[in-house]
Amino acid sequence: MMKKIIFYILLSVSAFIMFAPILYAISVSFMSASDINNAALLPSKPSFDAYKEAAERIPLLQFLGNSLLIATSVMIGQIILCSLAAFAFVFIPFKGKNFLFILLLSTMLIPFESTIIPNHVTIINLGWLDTYQALIVPTLVTPFGVFLLRQHFLTMPKELWDAAQMDGCSYFRYYLSFALPLSKATLGALSIFAFISSWNSYLWPLIMTSDDSVRPIQIGLKMLVSSQASNNWPIVMAGAIIALVPTLLILFFGLKYIRKGLLSGSIKG
Amino acid sequence: MKTKSNIGKEIKLFGMGLSYLLPTFLLLGVFLFYPIIKTIQFSLSDVLDGGVVDHFVGLKHYLALFSSASFLNSIKVSFIFVLYTVPITIILSLFLAVIANEKLKGTKFFQMIFSSQLGISGAASSAILLFFFHPTLGTINNMLGFFGIPSIGWLTSPDWALFSVALATVWMGLSLNFILLLGGLQNISVDLYESATVDGAGYWTRLFKITIPLLSPILFFVTIINFINAFQSFGQIHILTEGGPSEATNLIVYSIYRESFIYGNYGFASAQAVALFIITLVVTLIQFKAGEGRVHYQ
Repeated sequence: MMKKIIFYILLSVSAFIMFAPILYAISVSFMSASDINNAALLPSKPSFDAYKEAAERIPLLQFLGNSLLIATSVMIGQIILCSLAAFAFVFIPFKGKNFLFILLLSTMLIPFESTIIPNHVTIINLGWLDTYQALIVPTLVTPFGVFLLRQHFLTMPKELWDAAQMDGCSYFRYYLSFALPLSKATLGALSIFAFISSWNSYLWPLIMTSDDSVRPIQIGLKMLVSSQASNNWPIVMAGAIIALVPTLLILFFGLKYIRKGLLSGSIKG
Repeated sequence: MKTKSNIGKEIKLFGMGLSYLLPTFLLLGVFLFYPIIKTIQFSLSDVLDGGVVDHFVGLKHYLALFSSASFLNSIKVSFIFVLYTVPITIILSLFLAVIANEKLKGTKFFQMIFSSQLGISGAASSAILLFFFHPTLGTINNMLGFFGIPSIGWLTSPDWALFSVALATVWMGLSLNFILLLGGLQNISVDLYESATVDGAGYWTRLFKITIPLLSPILFFVTIINFINAFQSFGQIHILTEGGPSEATNLIVYSIYRESFIYGNYGFASAQAVALFIITLVVTLIQFKAGEGRVHYQ
């Protein structure tokens, strides 16, 4: 009994410390400037003014829409391209497969950050600066996604594939009618992962965009931070809350899938 | 002996395999293999605006790296930053994973809170902490003031800025580590604990004699991931300090960004990018090598 109480105290205190900044940011986003000067804990007169003003300073809805479009495209692209590649690695017996798989894994050794300079040049040469495709295409496939799905495809019973082959099932039909439908949980993990990492990416959109038309919300948040010369913190907090709510909700509802995905990528790998 | 139809079949399979892999390797080729080669070429050349290679200059940029106080400083602060963040992040997340792994009602809720940072962007977390760190209005100095402690220039003092960014990074990194470590804990067989309990082992004995040794492969993996993540930090620096004050938080990726996209020194910045690549490569290879032998398996 004593032990239980100690654990509940530890859990509650840790959870509070970890989440308190978010809760306080929500509280501040409803405050007025005088509440900030008084270091108030809760807004004296809660109002949506900060949200409205944030939307006046930057095209908030446009940025949210951009982020949604980019993250959704990346998610769909990763599901299709990663699953096709993983399928070939598991089910199609062709020469050179092992070499290509090692080549794929070796790309995990290249930090994306060390390639940004030539990538920036490539995007300029393609005429893609300030376009959606510049923010979508380079992240349409990740070695992690291919690896994750490959691990899952390897667990599918071999008998199923043998039987399907006996019935004259083609590779592509097997991919569509068996491999994908039997991988819903892993595809779910990959989707959530792809969406969240695309929504939250920062460095790439920062160097790829110079005007508002295609900018995602994370860069909008930085603009909000830079624009607040008069210490108008409620506006910045409102921006931060808007930027984090969509992915935080997805995380809460999809945590089970994410854990599964992360763990099969690390432990069994 | 191969018949003609066998060879035909193999060619067909090869073509089919490649057609499934083509989009993946095309993208990786254009946006990963090609640019890393190109980065190496840039680092050995003088590069004009728009990425046009002017002429080969040999190791000029690399020699310049070693005499650049700014670059040497950014390597130094990157490593100090790793030291500030990695051990603390792992210890704290291990603590969270251990307490959230107890069989208690409501642990699902706590697991969710401890995982929450994974759903929050670095930009949002940094923007929130920017307010907490504010010298006059910030929450942390207000709390210190309550106890009569004088204000600290968390992000404005060169002595504190790196520490503050590290603090932010620890907070932002807890969730990923928590999930990986909790997964590791849940993989440990319950039988081991039961037989240890029968043998009279108490809570702490079980924690230090069973849990942590059996967790060592994951602890090792997590250390490497954290090292790489910390070393490549960018977003929090761009929002919190922009590399300052007086380059106290000019970590290597920020330095590459500044050198190339603000100052336009593509060649010199590429030499830094190659340095980043090599350091990451060495750390990852250490993981592959040592990950096999040194750690404890069940």
